Amino acid sequence: MTALPEIIADWFHGRGWQPHPHQLAMLARAQDAATLLIAPTGGGKTMAGFLPTLAELAATPHDVLHTLYVSPLKALAADIKRNLTGPVAEMGLPIRIEDRTGDTSSTQKRRQRADPPHILLTTPESLALLISYEDAPRIFAGLKRIVVDEIHALAESKRGDQLLLALARLQTLCPGLRRVGLSATVEDPAAIAHLLARHPDPCAILHADPGPPPDIAMLETAEKPPWAGGGAAYAIPAVLEQVKRHTTTLIFHNTRAQAEIFFHNLWLANDESLPIGIHHGSLDRQQRLRVEAAMVRNELRAIVCTGTLDLGIDWGDVDLIIQIGAPKNVKRLVQRIGRANHRYNAPSKALLVPANRFEVVECIAALEAVREGALDGDPRGPGPRDVLCQHILITACAGPFDADALYAEVVTAGPYTGLTRAEFDACLDFCATGGYALAAYDRWRRLLHRPDGLWQLRDPRAATTIRMNIGTIQDTDTLQVRLRRNRGNKPLGEIEEGFAATLSPGDTFLIGGQIVKFEGLREMTVEVSRDARRKPRIATFMGTKFATSTQLSDRILAMFAQASWPQLPAHTAEWLALQREVSRLPRRGRLLVESFPFDGRAHTGFYGFAGRNAQQTLGLLLTKRMEELDLHPLGFVATDYATLVWGLDPVTNPAPLLAADILREGLETWLAGNAVMKRTFKAAATIAGLIERNRPGGRKNGRQATFSSDILYDTLLKYDPAHLLMQITREEALRGLVDFGRIEEMLARVGGRIDHVVLDRVTPLAAPMLLEMGRVPVSGAAEERLLAEEAERMLDAAGLADA
Amino acid sequence: MRQGWQMPERIGCDITLCGARLVALGSGALFWPDRRLLCVSDLHLGKSERMARRGGTILPPYETRDTLDRLATDLERTGARMVVCLGDSFDDPGAAAALREDERLWIARLQAGRRWVWIEGNHDPGPVRLGGEHLAELAAPPLVFRHIAQSSAKGEVSGHYHPKAAVRTRARTVSRPAFLADLGRIVMPAYGTYTGGLRSDDRALDRLMGPEAVAVLTGPVPCRVPMPRFRHPGQDGGATD
Repeated sequence: MTALPEIIADWFHGRGWQPHPHQLAMLARAQDAATLLIAPTGGGKTMAGFLPTLAELAATPHDVLHTLYVSPLKALAADIKRNLTGPVAEMGLPIRIEDRTGDTSSTQKRRQRADPPHILLTTPESLALLISYEDAPRIFAGLKRIVVDEIHALAESKRGDQLLLALARLQTLCPGLRRVGLSATVEDPAAIAHLLARHPDPCAILHADPGPPPDIAMLETAEKPPWAGGGAAYAIPAVLEQVKRHTTTLIFHNTRAQAEIFFHNLWLANDESLPIGIHHGSLDRQQRLRVEAAMVRNELRAIVCTGTLDLGIDWGDVDLIIQIGAPKNVKRLVQRIGRANHRYNAPSKALLVPANRFEVVECIAALEAVREGALDGDPRGPGPRDVLCQHILITACAGPFDADALYAEVVTAGPYTGLTRAEFDACLDFCATGGYALAAYDRWRRLLHRPDGLWQLRDPRAATTIRMNIGTIQDTDTLQVRLRRNRGNKPLGEIEEGFAATLSPGDTFLIGGQIVKFEGLREMTVEVSRDARRKPRIATFMGTKFATSTQLSDRILAMFAQASWPQLPAHTAEWLALQREVSRLPRRGRLLVESFPFDGRAHTGFYGFAGRNAQQTLGLLLTKRMEELDLHPLGFVATDYATLVWGLDPVTNPAPLLAADILREGLETWLAGNAVMKRTFKAAATIAGLIERNRPGGRKNGRQATFSSDILYDTLLKYDPAHLLMQITREEALRGLVDFGRIEEMLARVGGRIDHVVLDRVTPLAAPMLLEMGRVPVSGAAEERLLAEEAERMLDAAGLADA
Repeated sequence: MRQGWQMPERIGCDITLCGARLVALGSGALFWPDRRLLCVSDLHLGKSERMARRGGTILPPYETRDTLDRLATDLERTGARMVVCLGDSFDDPGAAAALREDERLWIARLQAGRRWVWIEGNHDPGPVRLGGEHLAELAAPPLVFRHIAQSSAKGEVSGHYHPKAAVRTRARTVSRPAFLADLGRIVMPAYGTYTGGLRSDDRALDRLMGPEAVAVLTGPVPCRVPMPRFRHPGQDGGATD
């Protein structure tokens, strides 16, 4: 057991503080190989993680790197540096603390490699880059401890898988390395502990006092929520009123697009000119930094934000959280609520604002779940192999390696404990030769197997490109948006390339809270000018979309079965009653299908309540089947509770579309052509190193020199369907985006009991879907028909009809 | 040369250039029925080999066979007796030299019984060690075939730019490789499997094409529209390859 050194005890005493019990418990376990601490925000979690480090460094001076701290956010690393440097200086400890992220200058980075600090604060990507250097053994020599902050967030993504592979590498370099994980409240702490510890080391789980239950309610508004939409504009006056009554309010949104719209509307209504900022991942970095700095100085009364502010950065005196839009997932809601009130033992205060009537139901269901402490979550599958391929390339950058030793190391990483040698060898072969069925270019392998048995890069210069492409974060291809006119024009942020492609000069859209007019594309930059007059379109941003959990979906269906809804506001109860009158309400044991015309196209909604991903898959399968039946589907949109399909011809009998064997057969074959698979492939191919996003020497080539990753997908599908990347693509799709299990579950629950209601107009329940983001177009015969129509129209208009 | 030969079926979109009746196929090839001549541009054969050789990633090595496979289909369905490859047939001279033996034989089989012309491109400026004639350009009055368009040319068929065109329909924007045609010239889309495209509203293509230009989008049913054009002056176009 490590005792609290006097110098630290005095520091606590001098401030009139007592170490929290969980901080002392962490100190007591300082010698353990791995420890996981579950604690709410504001519970002195960071200090708990670093206390053993401070104690060791206070007792025994150390002249090299002692502790590595990894967090999912650059900003968090910078924040921790601030919060740790103060106490360390006050204790008079000779400890150097530095951060190293994508924002650190190259001079500083070089110096850190030559002379590492005692405590280095970094991100998974910067750590992966560090282990790719040939001098990694020297940089990390003497490393004793690693602290992984917000591990619950990392555990849900490939960034976590990459980090844990890097830890396996570090553990080989520094055999005595001890690991600490810091996590918010999660439903399955044992799963996180399994990820954190070196397999098969044990990992103790410590729980801090969770504090008092949160003060959480739905926001009362004079105005009723609209029938449809995600903007929650109706709630602007009520939200402003709350902002006025509190010191600092965080206003969370589920998507960046919604945050943009809300901020725009909030600003229009802000007649007292309260200082309100916006913060999301697509905004220009300088703009984000300005907002963060203003928050720290307590200059902002409210910040409209997205998940980028989800994690535990200490941003000034936040005393209210407002969640706009239904929370989708109880666990995430609880973690967000924890953002308010960092004073320990004071209840966090939060308000939920449903964006439309359906979300009222979702919010009430979520509130009930929070009160019952019922968290939800789905276990992740085994570690993805595209991340492993990147790890192999990173390892090769650091120098020649032995395949047996690397395999032995990889299977100590939590996500990869089940990896077989054959799977590992396939990844190695992919890195070395491309792993194609057609053995090609023996001379141009990427990795060479040397006579001494070690593997190395054929061309050492390739290391530069590999390092430039480290990371697993999948931004979609984005283009920078800049204000035109004056040279050195001001960057505003980024929009998706796909969205940019739909813009014509003169179109307007919202970004960073302002309306801008599209002027043109200049190389890789979208040039815009200010334009306050027009009604804007909404830029689409890549954002993680979580599926409503099974638990929440079930709660909603249970609520629908009630004869009346005393727990719901009158307007929502009336809306459900209206839906029941006009059509029906979905029931757990039946499937409601509604067909109606809208905007010149035939629409059909399938209320499966299977969560966004499964409903998305259902959309793919249904449209594929409809294509076969000549119903000319054009596209679909999936929400958590339904799939809405539209096409040129109406669906008259849904039963044949929903036959389980036909859906299952579709799952086998639909993989062929759809956009979701291609998107999934692109992500996997980029992570695995087949597609290089960045090349030395700067900007992308002229457009005709590059070709779409869809072509690679189509080529592999045709000539090499069993290729590793195709396997990974299918696996990923089954795991995350496809979620066919929930379709099966829904079909079993429904058992063929389909209620098809044909109407002449949109129903109350269907209306919100017409405004959903994320519409998936379907390529098929309908596209040829549309193109022919449009061509005729254009030729007519141009007087070229019979030219 | 007229032999009363008939196209087996309507397989493309007619384009008349300086009196020559041509057919733009949905595959991106251009057929001249009166001469039974099939023209394809920018095959970029061997692209994956060149990428691997230059230390890039190892792309799926199937683009050469895929491109040849589509070319074989077009030769079959048009009954072409002459083939003009309009330059950038190979991703570079090294890629031509490194063709697999089976792919080299395949090209030889396609060449059997046909006149075959390789036009020089900027990627493959010299002759390659393959059968067929190697020309800087081919005059076949009233047409001339060359890789890069020349200003104020008449009856010119060229490639190089990999044009594509985007059409906004009532449901969505459809963007595909496209032929661009005006009274004096046709710019061919790239035929190779691993090729990207340059939008027709790029400045370079806008400058090149006359005001009456049309775009023929490739795809299952080739589709002719007025060429989508560059709209705002005062900007540079994209780079060329």
